[in-house]
Amino acid sequence: MDFSIIINEYQFYLEGLWTTTWLVALSLILGLCIAIPAGILRSSENKLIRFPIWAFMYFFRGSPLLVQLFIIYYGAAQFDWLRESWMWHYFQEAWFCALLAFTLNTGAYTAEIVRGVISTMPQGELEAAKAYGMSKWQTLRRITLPNSLRRALPAYSNEVIFMIHGSAIAGIVTIVDITGAARVVNARYYAPFEAYLAAAVLYMCLTFSAIYIFKQWEKHYRIEQ
Amino acid sequence: MKKISLLIAAVILSSNVVAKEWKSIRIGVEGAYPPFSQTEADGSITGFDIDIANALCAEMKAKCTLVKQDWDGIIPALMARKFDAIIATMDITAERQKKVAFTDKYQHIPARFVALKDTGYEATDEFMKGKNIGVQRATSMDLYISDNYPSAKIKRYGSADEAYLDLKASRLDYVMADSAAITGGLLEKEGGDKFEFVGPQLNDPKWFGEGAGIAIRKKDKDLAAQFNAALKEIRANGVYKEIQDKYFSFDVYGG
Amino acid sequence: MQELLNYQSLLLQGAWLTLQVALLSLVLAITLGLLGALAKISPSRLLRSIATLYTTIIRGIPDLILMLLIFFGGQMLINNVCYSINESLNEYFTQQDASHEWYAYLPDYIDISPYIAGIVTIGFIFGAYMAETFRGAILSVEKGQIEAAKAYGMSKYKIFFRVTFPQMMRHALPGIGNNWLVLLKTTALVSIIGLQDMVKIAGDASGSTQQPFTFYLAVAFIFLFFTAISSALLKRLEDKYSIQTR
Repeated sequence: MDFSIIINEYQFYLEGLWTTTWLVALSLILGLCIAIPAGILRSSENKLIRFPIWAFMYFFRGSPLLVQLFIIYYGAAQFDWLRESWMWHYFQEAWFCALLAFTLNTGAYTAEIVRGVISTMPQGELEAAKAYGMSKWQTLRRITLPNSLRRALPAYSNEVIFMIHGSAIAGIVTIVDITGAARVVNARYYAPFEAYLAAAVLYMCLTFSAIYIFKQWEKHYRIEQ
Repeated sequence: MKKISLLIAAVILSSNVVAKEWKSIRIGVEGAYPPFSQTEADGSITGFDIDIANALCAEMKAKCTLVKQDWDGIIPALMARKFDAIIATMDITAERQKKVAFTDKYQHIPARFVALKDTGYEATDEFMKGKNIGVQRATSMDLYISDNYPSAKIKRYGSADEAYLDLKASRLDYVMADSAAITGGLLEKEGGDKFEFVGPQLNDPKWFGEGAGIAIRKKDKDLAAQFNAALKEIRANGVYKEIQDKYFSFDVYGG
Repeated sequence: MQELLNYQSLLLQGAWLTLQVALLSLVLAITLGLLGALAKISPSRLLRSIATLYTTIIRGIPDLILMLLIFFGGQMLINNVCYSINESLNEYFTQQDASHEWYAYLPDYIDISPYIAGIVTIGFIFGAYMAETFRGAILSVEKGQIEAAKAYGMSKYKIFFRVTFPQMMRHALPGIGNNWLVLLKTTALVSIIGLQDMVKIAGDASGSTQQPFTFYLAVAFIFLFFTAISSALLKRLEDKYSIQTR
């Protein structure tokens, strides 16, 4: 065991930590932007709206994130029309492909959480809102959404942890995230144990910070109630 | 207590091991670096490195087993005793010699950049700034680029083939690899005519060492001696030249 | 499409390998999960803290990193330990008796194949999640029933297998099902440590046919097929057990 190499190459790991953090954070935010409308419209009465959303959620929840990333990163290069369009400017960047895959994936999982809490909405509250003369939009904004988000928090904190773990595959498509950094260091010093152990410690710090933040958040809601 | 201290003393004094003759040897190869080492459709491995390995084993009258291993983990796997030697176009560099020992060189091929035709090239960090350079992780080329072009965007791949794919998909501006590997793995393959070598042949010993050797664990000096003797023999009796001519039209052993 | 048909049999072989890895890891995960859950509710503080450490570590580290650690690091550790023990034993005997010949007392090298590393890692990871599931399930078995069993004079062993275990499995079924669906998708990672599962085969095929989109999409659909079948089976199982409780 020789951990001096980790200290020597700490800037690789710092770079990786930063990449993992912004990649995961941005995916989660963008994913949430997809998930909320998708989760609500998933129970729409219109088949034309309901079906595509069902298909999107089914595909991204039913197949591995790794395969989704490969479809986007390697698969995109198969289409000449894509490579000749302005979009290639983005698709040629590994970070964009990873961000897209992560966003769609977490979007689908989060949409399922959103759908779940909406469908188990206490009916009494909705009836009370109606009795107060609230419009449909007002009810959604004032009653349904805040109440649902509160109940969704525990499941969502799990999704965030899964996303942090899942993001480790970004290192496979040339991105220097924490895993990517560990791979570079391992390649240079032929010390897999040290290199990956350091990565494991960094991921643990990230995960436990996330868990801590969510615990505080959940507590905050409990007091408000 | 006495027995334990004897045992400890034994571990410390392990230098006087009697040399053993190696009769069965497991050899690690990459299988993804044509024309040196490639996997055929039926799963068998062929190439220059493979033929050399077989010739050496025949010369030593040893039973050899080829073990395929991704490049990334090839030195850790040697140290983990997954196999006893690596024959995989591995440059004898100072960095690697900290971990493993090498036999004499068995070939010496310069590294080179390849790019889309008319890309242009200048050997300065300023010119390379922001350019995407692809290279196989954990190679001498990886270190060379990291040291000489720190401002470039270096993308590291598990195998040279993956780097060629991204070069074709225009995710990369340049790829650096052994020149003969680029010829065999990219230029002579379908769609390879759009690419060309750029810049000079690179073989500065500071990064690329004195050529490629067979890597073995530091302890197994007897195995190195056995390989070196066999190497000398196949160089002298023409077997080496026969293998070389099968793959290349030039001298791969170098001066 | 034609290319896909050419690789059909290879892809199916890969799919079968994926299924094997998934099922064997599931067996390991359920075993570890039961042990973990029993340790978590056991009166022994040592057992409880070992189980907590186990589930905490797994929750903190990504599957991929654990797999790389076990595959590369684990192999190095095991083989080097075996080798040094062999070497010191041989040295010791040579010193005692000069005519002693080198002999491998422990296996000279143990090959952790990607297959084994994959199964062990995935089983180890999901064992931790299963432990949580089982713990919850055990705790949700009504105390009254156990007391009734005691009153009947059943032994501790009998109570566990006749009362606690069957009821617990009923409560644990949805959790096991969810874990299985996640586990199935996690097997895709074994391609990274070099196992020829369907993801790896799709990668090789897309290299030589230049059609990565087609091949990876096909793999995604095979996974969807597996998850669809699993969900249907799980639903039937759950229905069956919930009828019995009524």
